[in-house]
Amino acid sequence: MLTTLFRIIKYGFLGFWRNGWLSTATLSIIVLALLVFEGLMIFNVLTKNALETIQNKIDISVYFKTNIPEDDILKIKKSLEGLAEVKSVEYISRDKALEIFKERHKGEETIIQSLEELKDNPLLASLNIKAHNPKEYTIIADYLEKANFKVWFEKVTYTQNAMAIERLSRIIDTAEKGGLALIIFLTLIAVLVTFNTIRLAIYSTREEIGIMRLVGASNSFIRGPYVVEGIIYGLLAGILSVIIALPIIYFISPYVRIFIPEMNLWSYFTSNLAGILGYQLLFGVGLGVVSSVIAVRKYLRV
Amino acid sequence: MIIFQNVSKIYNGNGHQVVALEDVSFTINPKEFVSIVGKSGAGKSTIVKLLIGEEKPTKGRIIFSSYDVNKLKKSELPQLRRHIGVIFQDFRLLPNKTAFENVAFALEVAGRLQSDIEELVPQALEMVGLKDKMFNFPRELSGGEKQRVAIARAMINHPDLIVADEPTGNLDPINTLEIVRLLLKINELGTTVILATHNKEIVNYINRRVISLENGRIIRDEEKGKYILV
Repeated sequence: MLTTLFRIIKYGFLGFWRNGWLSTATLSIIVLALLVFEGLMIFNVLTKNALETIQNKIDISVYFKTNIPEDDILKIKKSLEGLAEVKSVEYISRDKALEIFKERHKGEETIIQSLEELKDNPLLASLNIKAHNPKEYTIIADYLEKANFKVWFEKVTYTQNAMAIERLSRIIDTAEKGGLALIIFLTLIAVLVTFNTIRLAIYSTREEIGIMRLVGASNSFIRGPYVVEGIIYGLLAGILSVIIALPIIYFISPYVRIFIPEMNLWSYFTSNLAGILGYQLLFGVGLGVVSSVIAVRKYLRV
Repeated sequence: MIIFQNVSKIYNGNGHQVVALEDVSFTINPKEFVSIVGKSGAGKSTIVKLLIGEEKPTKGRIIFSSYDVNKLKKSELPQLRRHIGVIFQDFRLLPNKTAFENVAFALEVAGRLQSDIEELVPQALEMVGLKDKMFNFPRELSGGEKQRVAIARAMINHPDLIVADEPTGNLDPINTLEIVRLLLKINELGTTVILATHNKEIVNYINRRVISLENGRIIRDEEKGKYILV
């Protein structure tokens, strides 16, 4: 049993080595397919990040009339937090609002001066409400509209931004769906290209398979080395695809930052290197083995 | 013991039927040397294919020692084939394996130990006169040398039977004679040999039992026969 396994592994390596050109051609196609897969993983992270950044910028702010005591506002905050749609509610007191305002306009003398001329703090206390899903802002806005404490509100920003929020939420929705379709489509192409390449490589050795059968080799003894070759293809292609991607990511990382300032692609890639390599190896080896098994099966019927 | 009992083989192709063998019966005893002769298309190769289970007969029964060949499952065929050494006109060597590895392969599929392989393969290659070309690939060998590697591979498992299907078809007269002598030597050592050929000279040179086929039927079966052209 162990000798057979050893022989199968030996012939797998020999086959890979002695069919040098064929192996190289097959390997480079699988590397390309894996690069597509890798690109999709990164694309997925990028869109997720970009969408999250946009989503985080959407919120509803409720401004309260100056005579409403803080305790009452905090009560409303609590009741809002009880809603399933609400992700977070942030309370900004009048003093805090002033602080933020001053911070934002630091160095703009005229604004600061005119502010100081006022006796009272002109800013209002507010609650910043964020939803789990951009679609849910209408529900929250509705809730605020019907609430009996509505009279305490000075203004609610949703009504002003409703159009923009709705449009953004539609864009986010489409981007997510389109991204998923693109990922499925390109993954399918990568799978088919890899499968076909391995199938062609095995097709070119179909006569050998027939000879092995005639000499009395069992199916598993014939199939084994091809499966080993599939594993070698997968391992090498996985490692190569990551090595090739490294300089590319390093080069495009600063450009990504222009579009999504929160995203450092290079550091994301390097800190998740083990995981990415793992996925690539899993995808490569899985695909290599499955393709080999399916492709050999056809020629084992002699 | 090999028995063909009323064996017929009909190929179905493009709506018309081709009769390759029709009601063929014969028995071959252990250690016999039998030539099966006939023109191309007479059914020689079909007999070989049926014997090693590459094809199934349309009718009839084929027995090889304890095997009921046409009743074997696909998974049982390798077992049968390890008892039969086959030699073909086109050599059928594995192109990416050396002469040594090609011969060793037949032992490896039978699960033999590495130490056996290292001992037996050089012996077999020496017997066919190729000890100095052990590590050459088939593309580095001449036709005659390739066929001798194939013979070494066929006999390495000490099979009960060696079937040679036109083994000299691609060889010059000198190499042809050498291959035939090798087959006779193997037969002398106690292995049954079936030689399918249309080469009149070698059949007459061998001077053993001859089964003559024509259009899928046996027209003559003689001990110490000659190849008589019809």
